[in-house]
Amino acid sequence: MSDAMHIHPEVVTTHDVHHDEHHVHHHKETFISKYIFSMDHKTIGKQFLITGIIWAIIGGLFSVLFRLQLGYPDTHFPILETVFGKWAEGGQIKPEFYYALITMHGTVLVFFVLTAGLSGTFANILIPLQLGARDMASPFLNMLSYWFFFMASIVMISSLFISTGPAAGGWTVYPPLSALGQASEGSKLGMDLWIVSMALFVVSSLLGGLNYISTILNLRTKGMSMTRMPLTIWAMFFTAILGVLSFPVLLSGLILLLFDRNLGTSFYLSDIVFADPNGAGMIILPNEGGSAILFQHLFWFLGHPEVYIILLPAMGMVSEILSVNSRKPIFGYMAMLGSLFAIAILAFLVWAHHMFVTGLNPFLGSIFVLLTLLIAVPSAIKVFNWLTTLWRGNIRFTPATLFAIGFVSLFISGGLTGIFLGNSTIDIHLHDTMFVVAHFHIVMGVASMFGMFAGIYHWFPKMFGRYMNSTLGYIHFWVTIVGSYLIFWPMHYEGLAGMPRRYLDKSSWVSFTQFGELDKMITIVSIIVFAVQLMFVFNFFYSIFKGRKVTTPNPWGSNTLEWTTPIRPGHGNWEGEIPEVHRWPYDYAKDGREFIPQTEPVGENESKH
Amino acid sequence: MQAFFIVAILGLGFLITFQIAKASEYVAVLRGEEKARKQANKVNAFLLLIFLIVGLIGVYYCNEKLKGKILPVSASEQGVDIDRMMWITLALTGIVFVITQIALFWFSYKYQESDTRKAYYYPHNNKLELIWTVIPAIALTVLVGFGLYYWFAITKDAPKDAMVVEVTGKQFGWEFRYPGKDGILGKKYYKNIDPSKGNPVGQLWDDPANHDDVWLEQEMHLVVNKPVQLVINSKDVIHDVGLPHFRMKMDAVPGTPTTMWFTPRFTTKQMIEKTGKSNFVFELSCDQMCGRGHTGMRGVVIVETQDEFNAWLASKEPQYYKANPGKKPVADTLQATTSVK
Repeated sequence: MSDAMHIHPEVVTTHDVHHDEHHVHHHKETFISKYIFSMDHKTIGKQFLITGIIWAIIGGLFSVLFRLQLGYPDTHFPILETVFGKWAEGGQIKPEFYYALITMHGTVLVFFVLTAGLSGTFANILIPLQLGARDMASPFLNMLSYWFFFMASIVMISSLFISTGPAAGGWTVYPPLSALGQASEGSKLGMDLWIVSMALFVVSSLLGGLNYISTILNLRTKGMSMTRMPLTIWAMFFTAILGVLSFPVLLSGLILLLFDRNLGTSFYLSDIVFADPNGAGMIILPNEGGSAILFQHLFWFLGHPEVYIILLPAMGMVSEILSVNSRKPIFGYMAMLGSLFAIAILAFLVWAHHMFVTGLNPFLGSIFVLLTLLIAVPSAIKVFNWLTTLWRGNIRFTPATLFAIGFVSLFISGGLTGIFLGNSTIDIHLHDTMFVVAHFHIVMGVASMFGMFAGIYHWFPKMFGRYMNSTLGYIHFWVTIVGSYLIFWPMHYEGLAGMPRRYLDKSSWVSFTQFGELDKMITIVSIIVFAVQLMFVFNFFYSIFKGRKVTTPNPWGSNTLEWTTPIRPGHGNWEGEIPEVHRWPYDYAKDGREFIPQTEPVGENESKH
Repeated sequence: MQAFFIVAILGLGFLITFQIAKASEYVAVLRGEEKARKQANKVNAFLLLIFLIVGLIGVYYCNEKLKGKILPVSASEQGVDIDRMMWITLALTGIVFVITQIALFWFSYKYQESDTRKAYYYPHNNKLELIWTVIPAIALTVLVGFGLYYWFAITKDAPKDAMVVEVTGKQFGWEFRYPGKDGILGKKYYKNIDPSKGNPVGQLWDDPANHDDVWLEQEMHLVVNKPVQLVINSKDVIHDVGLPHFRMKMDAVPGTPTTMWFTPRFTTKQMIEKTGKSNFVFELSCDQMCGRGHTGMRGVVIVETQDEFNAWLASKEPQYYKANPGKKPVADTLQATTSVK
């Protein structure tokens, strides 16, 4: 198998300037082919990562802006008017602007940062490196995958600059609000651009996902059976399958929405009237017989797997990082794998728990309660196995380890509140309140972000041949975890008070005004946390060029194959033969040895596990 | 100017942090990286332990500080079940939360790197894994069992004697229609909607059931201890009838009517006494984002005794007569006024 891969058509044939005898990757590359239209999976991964970081700054900045409104609803910030003009007249964020901000914050973070930025980055970098492949199954499709994402980004960014503003119907874009320009400014051109951008994004994620799946199935090096793959790869594998099966459903839903918006169809529209804005009576729409709820089914058929598309790669990386840095095998490899599989299956069967109060048939609702709470079982197995992995380890607290531990803590906290919301009885009360906001930010947003940070700190030496500054890494971790809990923990109480999501000013209410001080505190903490993320970004870019150099190929003493490559691997990853694999990746602390790389043949007297 | 200073201070703080971080890296190189790493390891392990302790105290403190600000006792019978379900779930998840977080941070602290200990090779233990598959499964079966028992009780058909109120959401407000004496909401069709002709919900005037229907905005009156079924509609986008004090919620979907029912336990006046807040009022919030005015889409619910309710309803003129003033029988008007007195 390794021989077949050694002759890599993409690498060898495209640049035949001079035929180097022993190194496939020593062909001449121009700046454009090396850094821009690169087909090297490592470069593509870095492109995803850096684009994701830029998006994360934009998305994070949006959250700071709307937190300003939530924390200081009566204060005027003249600087906002200077920057945003009519959107913040008098230095106060207008409702249209507020809703555009939260919509873009959600879209950007969920799709562009935690899908493309997270699995785009690490699936690309880790799959070939940890499997022992020279590149992806199709480097060209892989390159296209990034550039479709890039185009999606350009379209989404351009929607921020049009006069009616970007989409403003929430990241879930429920019609009719998102279907009708009369309903909201953001549902005019901004919404069309949103749909186009998401369509490009879906293409990107399908190209990427198909590539990941075929690479994992076909390009494993000799000896790398499926059950010898690191859990990172298993997680990426299930992630890719989820994406490939669910994103097309979102796309079809969005195409129907596009038809309703522009071609006069009635998939989602029925019985709608608006008061004419010029006071000339009523505008009565002709559409009858559509179902607004149909869109929600299509949306959440992606939307819920999407949660796991975000979470699984983080889980995989956390498993790997905790094992490496506890110097101990991951506890219950097969159970970890089985629970990943169970989560992936169940991810498709729980979507309607987002719809308990849409008028869904209560019996159908009950089925979704059962399936939803079932997910807690594999999730619990994972948590207990992580805990047991730490137990009696010899733990090194690198910034990556800390973020991995933080991930587990957040996953527990946010997962447990999911047991409230997944139970339809409680969901009647808590649905669409701040409780939901707190829940999914902790379990999906912040936890996955922690997984991503852990991955960046851990594999940075592999990506750039340098270390990130760990003191800044420690500060980054401690401020972020304390800040995240300070922001989102008390938010549950706002939800328990019945305070709905997406309210930008509570002054007209009697029941929701008691949290003014709390909202101020949350805003201040989010600004601090955001500032610390900027510090991380600085550390990241600074370290690419000026970080401490890596001097050993295997700085963490890790078993997996990526650390058998040169410190700065070229295109093709290994000089000479691809290594052969003889064992699973978690032989740490076995037979009195600190670690035994996967490439080492099993000794005769070695104990079995 | 102020903003400039804040940015300058932040920048300066950042610069200092960065210099310290950079310096610590150099110091590490000078003192021996291994030694510096071990030092950092100890510090972080200790901080993890502190984080656990301070965090758990913080959870308690947060609860002490905020528990008085959440909702008062449920004002509907169904809400009592929902609150009970919440307590059951809180008890179970609370135990798991405390145990797992303590284990996580305690193990991290206890098993920090040490030269005197070697990690323990412990790849799996089928018995343990079976235990922590079965225990969560049992716990969740309990939660699903209770949850579905209450869920079916809450979502079953409304009792026959329930009063009916139609709620209609629109950008950005609430409208209510009462069926009048016959107890039947008259037919309607959205293309007839025209507030300027006195027909805000599109009633069909040739349906006699419409003739006694009363329509009004922003304020819904309910009778204490009497089940009420809300028939929920929307005129434009999806809204959501959120009644936090009753723990109830249901989407308002254009083209697809939805229903929910509940039984108020306390009148508004009783709630004022219970909460000790003179400005207490049941509020109806829109819980599904519906556009620019979502934040202000507020309705008020007044729960009162049957007598108070009857008097209030009798004082309202059916929409049919408002839309068709010519149809109003003179005698009826007189009767109506006398009955109120």
